[in-house]
Amino acid sequence: MNQQASVGNAMMPDTVVSSGVGGMYGEKAGGPVDFSYVGIDAILEQMRRKAMKQGFELNIMVVGQSGLGKSTLMNTLFKSKVSRKSVLATAQEKIPKTVEIKSISHDIEEKGVRMKLTVIDTPGFGDQINNENCWQPIMKFINDQYEAYLQEEININRKKRIPDSRVHCCIYFIPPTGHCLRPLDVEFMRRLSKVVNIVPVIAKADTLTLEERDFFKKKIREELQANGIDVYPQKEFDEDAEDRMINEKIREMIPFAVVGSDQEYQVNGRRLLGRKTKWGTIEVENIAHCEFAYLRDLLIRTHMQNIKDITSSIHYEMYRVRRLNENNTAVAHTNGLPEHHLTAHEM
Amino acid sequence: MDAIMLQEKLVERLLCPRVRTARQKEKQYVGFATLPNQVHRKSVKKGFDFTLMVAGESGMGKSTLVNSLFLTDLYKDRKLLNAEERINQTVEIIKHTVDIEEKGVKLKLTIVDTPGFGDAVNNNECWKPITDYIDQQFEQYFRDESGLNRKNIQDNRVHCCLYFIPPFGHGLRPVDVEFMKALHEKVNIIPLIAKADCLTPNEIKKLKDRIREEIDRFGIKVYQFPECDSDEDEEFKQLDKELKVSHTMMTRHFSPSCSFHCLFLCSETWTVVEARGQRVRGRLYPWGIVEVENQSHCDFVKLRNMLIRSHMHDLKDVTCDVHYENYRAQCIQEMTSKLAQDNRMESPIPILPLSTPDVDTEKLIKMKDEELKRMQEMLNKMQQQMHDKDQ
Repeated sequence: MNQQASVGNAMMPDTVVSSGVGGMYGEKAGGPVDFSYVGIDAILEQMRRKAMKQGFELNIMVVGQSGLGKSTLMNTLFKSKVSRKSVLATAQEKIPKTVEIKSISHDIEEKGVRMKLTVIDTPGFGDQINNENCWQPIMKFINDQYEAYLQEEININRKKRIPDSRVHCCIYFIPPTGHCLRPLDVEFMRRLSKVVNIVPVIAKADTLTLEERDFFKKKIREELQANGIDVYPQKEFDEDAEDRMINEKIREMIPFAVVGSDQEYQVNGRRLLGRKTKWGTIEVENIAHCEFAYLRDLLIRTHMQNIKDITSSIHYEMYRVRRLNENNTAVAHTNGLPEHHLTAHEM
Repeated sequence: MDAIMLQEKLVERLLCPRVRTARQKEKQYVGFATLPNQVHRKSVKKGFDFTLMVAGESGMGKSTLVNSLFLTDLYKDRKLLNAEERINQTVEIIKHTVDIEEKGVKLKLTIVDTPGFGDAVNNNECWKPITDYIDQQFEQYFRDESGLNRKNIQDNRVHCCLYFIPPFGHGLRPVDVEFMKALHEKVNIIPLIAKADCLTPNEIKKLKDRIREEIDRFGIKVYQFPECDSDEDEEFKQLDKELKVSHTMMTRHFSPSCSFHCLFLCSETWTVVEARGQRVRGRLYPWGIVEVENQSHCDFVKLRNMLIRSHMHDLKDVTCDVHYENYRAQCIQEMTSKLAQDNRMESPIPILPLSTPDVDTEKLIKMKDEELKRMQEMLNKMQQQMHDKDQ
């Protein structure tokens, strides 16, 4: 109920509502006060400010046989020399005897947003004669990162911002055979899709014509489904109808057929990244030529936060639950208590 | 809303196979500058929560202030007790929850009221129920965080406590000092001078100085504004300066403490009065109108701006990073010392008090147990087979 009362002229207050920071809080400077505006939406601005100050972290792993263009693709994605090859001055490429894990970090910045990007390379994957268990060093690495995070989290005096070295996304390079997935691909993706987000891409896609490419993609999707492999974006993690709609469209396009390049050429008067051959120039960012732009948009511009969220709230949590259960079981065994007793009392 | 639209536009670009010539401008643009917007979008969908505690004697205007701050009416059905009923009353903790939405942003606001505080004849340890409540919330969060199912943890921790100091005395009373000393390591305290429209500007200044000096003398740590970085934009810096200067001296060594003086609307209705040709909210006296939103009359605007518009997120952060971490460290140390006393084995991961599991968690645990058993059996079988082969 608003009561209206007017003041006599003799008692006119003489100060003006100061609105020095009117613009910031949504009040119209010098104008009438908005009676119904609390200002809760300013919290978004506060969060944004804090996020910009802190910066972001992203850890991408690239897996595939040597020669598929992994390092070049990373360089193309981030428009700078972030891959292992650009940093280390190795003269020749020797195939290592076992799968190694090499990670390189860079701090990159764009429009005030700072990001610590870590590219984890896996030279030696799939290059041996006998490739059995070549995924094991990779699984171990991923689990080690989860373990490190868990240890930091349960520490008594833990850091304010736990450094996040967990692998957010694993880009798996499929060689462009044009037929179907190889057993190695299936084995690897089946095991790793349970612990990390996998984004499969068809490497060196300029060897396939458009029809071959579509056929290949269809075959790959069928095989993934037949083997129960859930690649990113996983169906079960769609949160609402909006997400589902967007992700369905993406799922119809994976795996992306990409071409990477870090050299520029003149095309129609513009300088573009591409590969120059005698029969034409393949433009990397032209979606009529290859799907690099889609991959980049997915990974960086629209779904980056979602990838990180799924890693931390689903993959990491599964690891944590497993570890806590293991630990409780171990303690029970040393104390001579049977397991069911443990479940009832200790938990 | 524009963050969502931006998202939509980006996704459209992703999914529509049109050749884009505008891309040439973005040659050097990788695109992760949209990351803050991606985070934005999630938060808008999820909504925020905030828990505010108000403490002080009855009649200080706590309920009215909360209503004015958030423009809601939380105390519609309240009955006020008279003096006799209050003699034996103990301090209660009452929670009111309200969902506020503004410009698409949802806030779940919880106000923790403490009726009975300081009202009895003997007020010894009247803050104990309050500290117990705060500790309980920390403990609940600690259990949830250490549990197996962490998907939907409810954060009921108290983010901020507004403490109302009566304007009639000459500074802090003993109960004020004891209360703040008991709570300053558990929650962000913001002291307010209540009902300040009974003081002249000089008296206000003297009282504020006195209170600030006593706060320092007793070593009470009230909520401090975080220092501004040099890359904050000018407006923010200006505001920060104003907030600090208007209430304290500002040096690097002296931690700024802030006491706002506030006056409030009359309790049942918001009086909208005509003043200088404008409609303003205020209290109508025969000798003039005290305007709530006039910054030279009272600090209501500054309080609201600070609490809601500029430092809400920081209040939550300090609660999370400082007060909760202190509680947690203390708790774990107590637990590990108890364990050592009980002579149990040192486990690599300390066994934390897990929350009583719900049906889902129990199912999960059973599943994992069965899986483990199955794997053990398989391993045994394989080992058997290998033995047989070797022989």
